[in-house]
Amino acid sequence: MNEARAEAQLQNWAGGRLQPGVSLRQCRPTRRRVWRDRRNTALIILGVVITLIPVVMILYQITSKGIRTMDWEFLTSSMPLSFRREGGGFLNALVGTLIMVGLATAVSVPLGIMAAVYLVEYGKGNWLARLIRFFSDVMTGVPSVFVGLFVYTALVVNFGFGALMGAASLAIIMMPIIVRSTEEMLKLVPGELKDASYGLGAAKWQTVTKVVLPSAAPGIVTGVMLAVARAAGETAPLILTALGSYQLTARLWDQPISALTLAIFDGARNPFAAGQARAWAGALELLLIVLIFTIVARVMASRSRFKR
Amino acid sequence: MSSVSGEVAAGASAGTGRKWQRRGLSRRADPLFLLLAALSGVLILLVLAYMVISTTGTALPVFTKEGITFLTGKEWSPSAGKFGALPFIYGTVVTSVIALVIAVPLSLAVALFLTEYPVPRRLRGPITYAVDLLAAVPSVIYGLWGVFVLLPLFLQPAADFLNKYLGFIPIFAGPPSGLSYFGAGVILAIMVTPIISSMCREVFATVPDSDRQAAYALGATRWEMIREVVFSHSRSGIIGAVMLGLGRALGETIAVALLIGSRPVVDASVLRPGYSMAAVIANQFQEATGDHIRALVAIGVVLFAITIVINMAARAMVWRFSRL
Amino acid sequence: MKEQAPDTQAMNSPVASSEATSGGTRVYAQEVAPPVTLSVAGVSEEGRATGSPAEPPVFSVRNLSVYYGKNLALKDVNMDIRPRRITAIIGPSGCGKSTLIRCFNRMNELIPGARVEGEVLYHGENIYAPGVDPVVVRRHIGMVFQRPNPFPKSIYENVAFGARINGYKGDMDELVERSLRRAALWDEVKNQLKKSALDLSGGQQQRLCIARAIAVEPDVILMDEPASALDPIATTRIEDLMQELKQDYSIVIVTHNMQQAARVSDETAFLYTEVDEATSARWGILVEFGPTSRIFTKPLDKRTEDYVSGRFG
Repeated sequence: MNEARAEAQLQNWAGGRLQPGVSLRQCRPTRRRVWRDRRNTALIILGVVITLIPVVMILYQITSKGIRTMDWEFLTSSMPLSFRREGGGFLNALVGTLIMVGLATAVSVPLGIMAAVYLVEYGKGNWLARLIRFFSDVMTGVPSVFVGLFVYTALVVNFGFGALMGAASLAIIMMPIIVRSTEEMLKLVPGELKDASYGLGAAKWQTVTKVVLPSAAPGIVTGVMLAVARAAGETAPLILTALGSYQLTARLWDQPISALTLAIFDGARNPFAAGQARAWAGALELLLIVLIFTIVARVMASRSRFKR
Repeated sequence: MSSVSGEVAAGASAGTGRKWQRRGLSRRADPLFLLLAALSGVLILLVLAYMVISTTGTALPVFTKEGITFLTGKEWSPSAGKFGALPFIYGTVVTSVIALVIAVPLSLAVALFLTEYPVPRRLRGPITYAVDLLAAVPSVIYGLWGVFVLLPLFLQPAADFLNKYLGFIPIFAGPPSGLSYFGAGVILAIMVTPIISSMCREVFATVPDSDRQAAYALGATRWEMIREVVFSHSRSGIIGAVMLGLGRALGETIAVALLIGSRPVVDASVLRPGYSMAAVIANQFQEATGDHIRALVAIGVVLFAITIVINMAARAMVWRFSRL
Repeated sequence: MKEQAPDTQAMNSPVASSEATSGGTRVYAQEVAPPVTLSVAGVSEEGRATGSPAEPPVFSVRNLSVYYGKNLALKDVNMDIRPRRITAIIGPSGCGKSTLIRCFNRMNELIPGARVEGEVLYHGENIYAPGVDPVVVRRHIGMVFQRPNPFPKSIYENVAFGARINGYKGDMDELVERSLRRAALWDEVKNQLKKSALDLSGGQQQRLCIARAIAVEPDVILMDEPASALDPIATTRIEDLMQELKQDYSIVIVTHNMQQAARVSDETAFLYTEVDEATSARWGILVEFGPTSRIFTKPLDKRTEDYVSGRFG
C-alpha cells in the first residue's frame, strides 16, 4: 500500500523525478521550464546586444565623420556666416561653452558644497534639511528646457541674451547634482576623523574645511566633473538664454553667445553639406570633452578613499 | 581606511592643532559658517520657488485667456493668435510611451545580465562602461546622429516595414515617415535605457542573496529564480526606475526636436510627424514674440508640472533602494 | 519502509543490468524514500529507520577538491553518506565545511570562479557528470541555510513555492499542510497561512524553511548550521525535528557546535585546515570520518582528539 501511495505521489510531479530505473541524466525539468529559461536567457543577451549597438555606432560614426572636418582651421577659427560656405570652425562656440560652463562651475560648486555641508553636518533630523534634500532631488528631475524658460522670464527679458544668462541656467542645472553627490561623499567620512579634529580643539568650520572636505575631495571632484560634463552637453536652456551667435566674443552680457551644443544643433537643422560637416566635427569635439570629464570622474571615483 | 584616518589625525595634531587653538575668532566664526551653509541650501528652495512664480507669472495671461482650451485645443497658429497645446502634450506622451515600451525590456535585460548572470569580469566591466557612456552622450549628439545616421539606416525602413505589414492598424497608418513619433520614441529609448538600467541594477543589488540561494536550492531554474525572487522583491523599485526614465523622456528636448517632424497636429498614427512640448519650445522660441512667447512659457509650465509629479512619485518609490 | 527493500531491489535489478550493459550509465537502483507517511504514522516506524549497514550509500564522495579561482578550498575528500542517517560535518571555522556541503547539491557553482574536481556519486551516479542538470540535482537534494531565509511572501506561498515551480499536480493545500506538519509548524501557523512569513519568530522561520524544503519531496536534506542563528529553545526544536525527519530523509548537517553534533548525528566527519607554510595558503581536508560515538570517544587522529576535547574541556 505504501508503494501504491509512493507511486501516486510520483505521479504528482511534472517532469523528471528521480525514481527506480531512472538515471539523473534522464531526469529533466519539464520541457516548458527548460525552454522558458533558455528563451529568456537568449532574450536577455539579445537585449544587451541591442543596447550596445548604438554605443558602438555613435562612437564610431561621430569619430569617423567628425575627423574628416576636424583640423587646425576648425579648432582655431569661427563660423562662416553661411551654412553653405565650407571652412571655418567652431572656435566661437568652444569659447562660449568654456565661458558659460566655467562661470556656472564657479558659482555652483561652492554653493553646492556648502549646501551639502549643511545637509550632512547640521541637518540631522532637521526639517529644513529634509526639505532641501527633497527639493534638490526634485530639481534634478526638472526638464532643462524649463530651466531655460525660467532664466528667460527672470533675467533675459530684463538684461538680454548673453553668456551670464546661459551660465545661470547651467548653474541651476549643476547645483542639485553637486549637492547630492557631495552629500553622499561627506556621509562617508568616518566619525573618528571628525572626533580627532574636535579633540584637538578645532571649531566646526575648521574641522569641515581642513579635515572633512579634503578627505572627501576625490569623491566631491567626481561629482563636480559629472556635473560639468552634463552642463557642457546642455542645449535647450542655452537656446533660451545664450541664443547663439556667429561671432567670436568674450562679452558676458548684452550680446548673444554661441556654444558647441548650439552650433551642432544649428548644423543638424540645416540642409547644407558644409554646415552638417562642421556639426559632425563639433560633435566630436564636444563628445571628447564630455567623455574626458566622465572618464576622469570615474577614475577618480574608483580611487576615492572612502567606498560606499 | 583606519590608516588614512590615522594619518590625517596625526597630521592635524602635529601641525595645525595648536595654531587653531590660538586663534580667538575660530569659535566665533562657527555661526557664520552655519549661516553660509544654510543659505546655500535655502538658495535651492528659493530658486525653485522663484522658478515656479516667474514662469507661471509670465504664462498667466495665456492661461486666463485660453482657459482649459489651452490644454484641449488642437489648433496652434501663433499668427492667428490661437494657442491649443494638445498636439504637443499628445506628442510628448506618445513619444515617451514608445520610448518606455522599447527601453524597459532592454534596461531589464542589461540589469539582469549584469546582476544575475555569471558574466566574466572581462566582459562585465566593458558592458557597464559602455552603458554608462550612453548616459553621458549629450542629447544634441543623439539628435545629430539620429537625423543623419539612424533615420536613413533604421527609422525610415522600420517605419515603412511597420506600415506595410501592420498598416491596417490605425496607429501604423501611412504614409510612413521616419521623422515621426516613432522616430523620436526610438531615440528617446536609446537615451533613457542607461538611466533605467542603472537604477534597476541598484534595485536588484538589494535583493538578498539568501533568497536567491533558497530558490536555487528548491530546484528553480535561473529564470524562475529571477521571476519569483528578483522581480517580486523589486517590483516597486522597477516601477520607480521606469518613472525616472519617463521623467527624463518627457523633458528631453533637442533629440526629439530634431526627429519628431515638427507638425503641430494630433495624429493617431505613430508613423506620422508630430510635435512635443519641449521640442516646440526649442524650435519656435527664437522666432517668437509677444503672446507666442507667453504661450511657449505656458507649455513649459505644463511640462514642468507633469514631470514634477512623475519624478516625485518615482523618488518615493525608489527611495528605499536608492543610495544616490 | 525497510520491508520495501527486497521488492524494490527485485524490481530494479533487471533495469539496472540492462542499463549497465547498454550505456554504462549508473542507475538509481535504490529504493525511493518519499515521505509517504505523515508524521503520525512515522512514529510507528521508529527504530527501523536506521537502515542496515549493507545499504548502499546515498552519496559517495570521491577525491573531491574545490577551488575558488586559483585557490584550493577543499582538498581530496573521500566519504560515504548513508541513507536515513544524520551525518554531521564539524571542524574549526574556515575549514571548508560549508564548501563541502554545498558540493552535494551543486550550490557551489553559483559562486563565480568556483570549480569542483572529483566526483560526488549520488546513488552511484556522479552529479557533476556532463548531462546532469543542476536544477534536477537541487530539486532532489534540499537545503536549509544558516540564517532563516523565508521569501517575503505568505507562509502558504513559501511552502508552495518549490512545488509550484516543479509542477506539482496534486492537491496544493494538502501538500502545504503535510509539509508544515512534518516540520512541526502546522499547529502554530494553521490559522495564519496568509500572513507574511517574515512575521514569524526566527525558530519558526527556520522550521518554515525546512517545511519549504521538504514540500518538494526531496531525498536528502542538507543543513548548513541550521541552528546557529537561533536561541537554545528553538535549537532544541530543530534538533528534535531532525530526529523525526531522519525516518524518511538522509540528512547532512554542518555545525560548529560539537554538542549538537554529538547529540543529533549518527556519523561525524571532522574537517581541519591545512596551511602551506611557504605561501600561507589554507585549505580544508577531511581528517576523520566515522560513527559519531567513536569520533567523540575514541578518535583515531590527534587533531580530532584535540579539537573534540578542547571544545568540551
